[in-house]
Amino acid sequence: MLRKVLYIDLSSRESWIEERQDLFEDWMGGTGVGIKLLQEECPAGTDPLSPQAPIILSIGPLNGFFPVATKTVATFKSPLTGELGESYAGGRLSLALRFAGHEAVVIRGRAERPAYISINDADVNVKDATSIWGIDAQTTGVILREHETGVGRRSIIRIGPAGEKLVRFAGVVVDTYRHFGRLGLGAVFGSKMLKALVVSGTEHADVPDARRYREVYSRLYSTIVKTDVMEKYHDIGTSVNINVLNWLKGLPTKNFILSSFSEGEKISGEMFADNYLFRRLSCAGCPIGCVHIAALKSAFSTHHEFELRKVSYDYEPIYSLGSNLGVSTAEGILRLIDVCERMGMDVMSAGVVLSWATEAMERGLITTKETMDIPFQWNNVEGYSRALESIVKPPNEFYSALAMGVDYAAKKYGGREFAMALGKNEVSGYHTGPASIVGQLVGVRHSHLDNAGYSIDQKAAKRSMDPEMMVDEIIKEDNSRGVFNSLVGCLFARGVYTEENIIDALGAVGITKTKDDLQSLGRRIFEEKYKFKIQEGFDLSHAHIPKRFYETVSTLGIVAPETIEEMLRQYKKKRGWGPG
Amino acid sequence: MVGNVNVEAEMKEQKKRRRLKVAHPERCIGCLGCMFACSRTRTGTVSLQNSAIKVQTQGGIEGDFRVVACRGCDDAPCARACPVGALEQRPDGAVVFHKDLCTGCGSCEKACLVGAITMGKDAKPIKCIHCGACVAFCPHDVLRLEEVSA
Ligand code: SF4
Ligand code: SF4
Ligand code: SF4
Repeated sequence: MLRKVLYIDLSSRESWIEERQDLFEDWMGGTGVGIKLLQEECPAGTDPLSPQAPIILSIGPLNGFFPVATKTVATFKSPLTGELGESYAGGRLSLALRFAGHEAVVIRGRAERPAYISINDADVNVKDATSIWGIDAQTTGVILREHETGVGRRSIIRIGPAGEKLVRFAGVVVDTYRHFGRLGLGAVFGSKMLKALVVSGTEHADVPDARRYREVYSRLYSTIVKTDVMEKYHDIGTSVNINVLNWLKGLPTKNFILSSFSEGEKISGEMFADNYLFRRLSCAGCPIGCVHIAALKSAFSTHHEFELRKVSYDYEPIYSLGSNLGVSTAEGILRLIDVCERMGMDVMSAGVVLSWATEAMERGLITTKETMDIPFQWNNVEGYSRALESIVKPPNEFYSALAMGVDYAAKKYGGREFAMALGKNEVSGYHTGPASIVGQLVGVRHSHLDNAGYSIDQKAAKRSMDPEMMVDEIIKEDNSRGVFNSLVGCLFARGVYTEENIIDALGAVGITKTKDDLQSLGRRIFEEKYKFKIQEGFDLSHAHIPKRFYETVSTLGIVAPETIEEMLRQYKKKRGWGPG
Repeated sequence: MVGNVNVEAEMKEQKKRRRLKVAHPERCIGCLGCMFACSRTRTGTVSLQNSAIKVQTQGGIEGDFRVVACRGCDDAPCARACPVGALEQRPDGAVVFHKDLCTGCGSCEKACLVGAITMGKDAKPIKCIHCGACVAFCPHDVLRLEEVSA
């Protein structure tokens, strides 16, 4: 099996390939290899937007070989949080990397002028992108398609103006509808003058025993198409949770002032599916087809002239740009998602920044003087849309501050107690209870997907759990997801990849692992990530928790600060970080 | 909605000629499950290039997918075009490939307007054998295996 790292230096325009068998043997691939390469490449205190800061893309041993092993992980130093940056994207990237023969790519340096990287198998070229600098992320894809080979098997990842302008929560758009959304990878691309990366490959991969491989493949495939994940993510999609969480009082509304939205029905997944959904798509190698695309038709004159936009949606953007901003129409939400797509910025961070600013304006911390006459008001789609574009420009100090993320803006203008970030990362759409808060706070990248605290809370709503049980679950997920993210699989189908199935699948591609191996790998990966976090200044004991979390009723009732303190104490004790 | 994974096994049993049909191309979600199934089953590799069925994008994944598959022509142009008889149409209509005879000239590829034949890295045509493996791994009811009445 190919176990190689491709190094690209944008400053010298050189590239070379190194065989790193040991690295992959010890750290599997994906996030395991990603964190080790980050440690190698990124010395303590590196400015995340300097040429010295690396971008690392990696896939794992199952990508391309097995269903739903569809993700690529990006590892970098986050310009938003100043510590570990890690983001996952689907689409066709992992497949393109597999068939180009690179399990990891390290990008260093800074191009002299706007550039894009073209990878065709072992052939790597740094090309001029001056003429497309400043162009939105969607059009960039359309243009690059014309110039590059590999129709149908290539992947095009690119930034929009937000990344170029170093908005700290700019993302990278992957094959139009998927993203390296979180933690500011787009700004890191921008700082390197890197507009895009196109990957295509023509290699194929062999397996040691074709019969065994087919047997394991068929078994995993039929488990996937038979489990309820297929129905859940395929039918209404993740947005089915809007109604569910609204009903459970876990849907953050108007900057977490509320946890249910009186107009939630109007923006429910069912509403989107019945009225806007027109097709579903899959990442290459996944039978689920969770990517939901809405057709947004809007008239631009009274003479039946229309614009048609195809916008992908999910639970998270409906929360962040919908309920969280009091936006009560599906159309309004789609319009805001579309702005974020074109600008190339993370929808979650963008929504939370706007919701903080809206409340700050209500409370008089900012006025129309700062916002340059844009009224930040709940449900004001037009105003929000202009505000998002201003964040990218930005025309004054206020918008520059918003472009740094909510924690920064609130430190400057006040209202940190309702600036909804944990570990400086704007939070995701769950006010389900203590496990969601603690989970995102301790998580390696401060994401709800680090350990799915929101799902632990929902479990606790059915069968009560004490803080210690919750902490145990968080630690279990922290570690096991490290393994799954090394493979690199889609978390929607994580249930199918039990330890037994992972061992079988690895066996079929010629890698022998035991349960103990996997468990120790999960622990080691977590520890290495925390080493990096601590090196870059993250301190769990002093991490800020906005008071708002304690004021608004959650799925599990009002969360007491003492519960969070107790859980953090337990967590540190169980991690061996403190006496408890 | 979900393909029957056992079709693979069933196919071995039957005798009547069967033909792959792209029944509902507009339902395609672009998962490429069919392509992987084809190369996995026919060649034991993980590959897009080795697949006889091709799912192409037109204008990226924002556009519609085009599912290119052999139609199993009754009077097969690919077989007629082959100058050395490496692609041979049998009386029952099935087109069989004799690799040892093939010179890799690519005439078959040109003869098929559908684009169902591509030349592999070994310069031999990759030609659908209508086995139905791809049908079993299509989750969205795009493909079908139909019986051909004699
Ligand atoms: S390869 Fe083309 S010409 Fe030959 S049988 Fe199939 S569709 Fe017809
Ligand atoms: S029927 Fe068989 S040979 Fe033809 S495309 Fe499908 S899997 Fe490939
Ligand atoms: S398996 Fe079906 S849905 Fe998937 S790419 Fe092939 S034809 Fe399309």
